[in-house]
Amino acid sequence: MTATTLEDADRRKAWGFAAPALLWTLAFFVVPFLFMAAMSLWKREGREIVRVWNLDNYLRFFSESALLQGLVNSLEITVIVTVLSVLLAYPLAWIIAERVPKRFQRMALILAILPFWTSYVVRSYSWLLVLSKNGVINQMLTGLGLIAEPLEIASTRTATVIGFVHFFVMLLTLTIYSNLIQLSPNYRRAAADLGANAFQTFWHVVLPLTLPGIMTGAFLTFVLCIGDYVTPQILGGNNELVLPQIIMLQLGRRADFPMAAALSIILMLAVTVAYVLCARWLKIERA
Amino acid sequence: MLRRVFVSGVSWAYLAIVYAFIFLPVAVLVLFSFQDGRLPVPPFNGFSTQWYEAVFVDRKLMAALGNSMLVAICSSVVSCVLGFLAAYSLARYKLPGSALQRGLLIAPMTVSYLIIALGLLALLNALHMPLSLLTVGIGHVVINLPLCFAIIYASMGDHQINIERAARDLGANDFKVMALVTAPMLMPSILAAFFLSVTFSWDEFIIAFLLSRFDVTLPVEIWSMLRSGLNPKTNAIGSLVFLASVALLLILEFSLFGRTKKQ
Repeated sequence: MTATTLEDADRRKAWGFAAPALLWTLAFFVVPFLFMAAMSLWKREGREIVRVWNLDNYLRFFSESALLQGLVNSLEITVIVTVLSVLLAYPLAWIIAERVPKRFQRMALILAILPFWTSYVVRSYSWLLVLSKNGVINQMLTGLGLIAEPLEIASTRTATVIGFVHFFVMLLTLTIYSNLIQLSPNYRRAAADLGANAFQTFWHVVLPLTLPGIMTGAFLTFVLCIGDYVTPQILGGNNELVLPQIIMLQLGRRADFPMAAALSIILMLAVTVAYVLCARWLKIERA
Repeated sequence: MLRRVFVSGVSWAYLAIVYAFIFLPVAVLVLFSFQDGRLPVPPFNGFSTQWYEAVFVDRKLMAALGNSMLVAICSSVVSCVLGFLAAYSLARYKLPGSALQRGLLIAPMTVSYLIIALGLLALLNALHMPLSLLTVGIGHVVINLPLCFAIIYASMGDHQINIERAARDLGANDFKVMALVTAPMLMPSILAAFFLSVTFSWDEFIIAFLLSRFDVTLPVEIWSMLRSGLNPKTNAIGSLVFLASVALLLILEFSLFGRTKKQ
């Protein structure tokens, strides 16, 4: 019913309408990306980029422990953040969906994601106010006499994780909540009729049914977290560098664009692997 | 009965704790933007608006604010127009390879901003193109176009086709159909795409950081303020940005989404 055979004039028109967006994406996304991929196979000598095809950058990545450690740090932090965020967000989404009266739910949700709308850079900075040596937490704890010396939280991995979890709890609460309210109450009634208690109903019925939503949210968390430079740079400091920080270092002091390009490709591969793992896992769940 | 009270008590306690966690940094940010003193950390010395005054007389900050608005609005308009045209073409004409085209248009969504920015930077450097607000805008269209296309494409249902066909029978050409029939029918989703894209561009850091040189956007300017460490002025500008975003969110909630809910 939508479209039968296209006249030549119609086809020209259709291409004409789609062309600007397609050309934009080609020119400013596909071409730059391919250029960067090519560049990762060149190398830097002095301040010059030499266009000789080689795998030096990738070989250096696997032989230089500082670089490889960046990927390991990135993966560790991302996995910790993803797991913690899901564990914190799921109960929150569940309480909002189940315990909060219907007419207040939308408000509770908007409230739960309100700090989401602070500027991204500012959000990390505000955690610095809370976590730094003379920050809110340390002053409170010393004031109460619980600790003598201020805790070193800022400029550690802990601070990075806290900053990330704060952001992603809001995101995941949103995705998990929308998953929970779509669930028909009939499933739970059926489980209860068959003699399941509240815990069994949750574990065998509700949780598996919301798993696709959790996985989608978790994958989103993984992708956004592993590619982020701002939060680790502000909160984590320079102690344990993550991959995006190392990429930015190549650009700055060293002006080693080919190495930055190679590291970006490695970052992308990590995301692709995560996607493949998630996708396969989801498919098994559906079968 | 006792167990139910217990469960509900635990639930509310959990809710309170997580909300406290979520709001803690924002509350601290806003509170100490009114600090009467040089450090935005406890103790709170007293109430003062001096840091807000400092923000408003800071020329660089105000220029960055203007740049951010310019880039956000221009890049969102371009993203919406291109996204709308592409959505119209792909939803109304069956072109060969349309699945591939959709995939291409959505693809930038799956790649981190850092990588998009690096690619553009590498290419611009190789072409000896100077960095400016224009290059930031180009980058922001790359990240917002998929979003605008997806939102508008999703709202182009088949039920609007007959109305468009009627307009065409009455002599309207494609542009008239789009401007006078399709776009007004899809206005809620076009506006949603526009405002979402404005918020993303407004808040975007890494692309703006890597692709700008002399004129910078607000997040980049705030970033350079961070080098001076904890500073109540950063709190003040941060609180203002937060206030502006929340105001925009509330307007959207009560006008746009409120209207679509009623329909």
